[in-house]
Amino acid sequence: MNQMAIAALKNQYKSFVQSMFDEGVLDNQFSQLQDLQDSSNPNFVDEVITLFCNDAERIITEMNRYLNYQNVDFSKLDSHVHQLKGSSSSIGAHRLKLACVNLRQASYERNKEECVEAFNSIRHEYCLLRSKFQFLMQIERRIVALENNQQ
Amino acid sequence: MAADSEFHVLAVDDSIIDRKLIERLLKTSSFQVTTVDSGSKALEFLGLHEDDGIINTNTPSVSPNNHQWCLQEVEVNLVITDYCMPGMTGYDLLKKIKESSSLKNIPVVIMSSENVPSRISRCLEEGAEEFLLKPVRLSDLNKLRPHMLKTKIKDHQEPEKQDKEEKQQQPQSNNNNRKAMEEGISTEKIRPRLNGITAMV
Repeated sequence: MNQMAIAALKNQYKSFVQSMFDEGVLDNQFSQLQDLQDSSNPNFVDEVITLFCNDAERIITEMNRYLNYQNVDFSKLDSHVHQLKGSSSSIGAHRLKLACVNLRQASYERNKEECVEAFNSIRHEYCLLRSKFQFLMQIERRIVALENNQQ
Repeated sequence: MAADSEFHVLAVDDSIIDRKLIERLLKTSSFQVTTVDSGSKALEFLGLHEDDGIINTNTPSVSPNNHQWCLQEVEVNLVITDYCMPGMTGYDLLKKIKESSSLKNIPVVIMSSENVPSRISRCLEEGAEEFLLKPVRLSDLNKLRPHMLKTKIKDHQEPEKQDKEEKQQQPQSNNNNRKAMEEGISTEKIRPRLNGITAMV
């Protein structure tokens, strides 16, 4: 019975990741990460996702703070967006990366209104990504639990 | 390949995610890895203190100019560094390594998320062996091994043999080869690669 459950869960995982590719939420870089996971590093993807989310939340909090000042420090804002863009690119978070590009542009133009709009977009994309990642990780953990039961 | 497990790469990146990634990529390629989050920590690890000068050298051989014998526990065969870092950039780190008599023979590879041709040329001119665009892939790391092998061969051969090797590899005059070896950088090699890079860009 466990074998069937594991197979079903793995299929569910695969389909869900595929849907994220189809929606443009993830790009091929995420596949590269999956390829780096093996029996010697069985939690690699999980670990990267966790690191990414913690880092992203830290950066988003900082950006929010900068945007709340009357006089926005655009260069500080830009350096934070740059960081988030880099992380997004490294994990394959495609739409989030694009949202960062928009904020960089608005920041470069020193347009506060557009920055706020772009920032809201970033927050939205991040929340979406995070909830999808959480779902993926739940499936992953159930698979691991079942596989451990078998041993 | 047993030889590969002897290669030790120092990876420098201020991003925790990128450090994790590059570490996994390098380990998957059978390299030993040390990661640090800044250029200054990289220099510390390499035994070069900005204020104090050299206290430890990284090359196993001792040249007549060295005042100190090396007590070096860890040999670094390649430095791979992010370009954009707060404080000391990857370019600054590259410069410091190439300006150091003890470290200049260590191959340096630069990574960047931004494809800026002038940035690429600048790094290659300063002596970087490769410029990799992020996100770095496993296939990119295949370019690293040749640079590390070259350095190992250079370190372990006697001077006469080294001349012969260079002669066989490049149809150039002896004077050019000797000068290139002394500088630790083959300027002749950089130009063709520059062309290669600009063609890709």
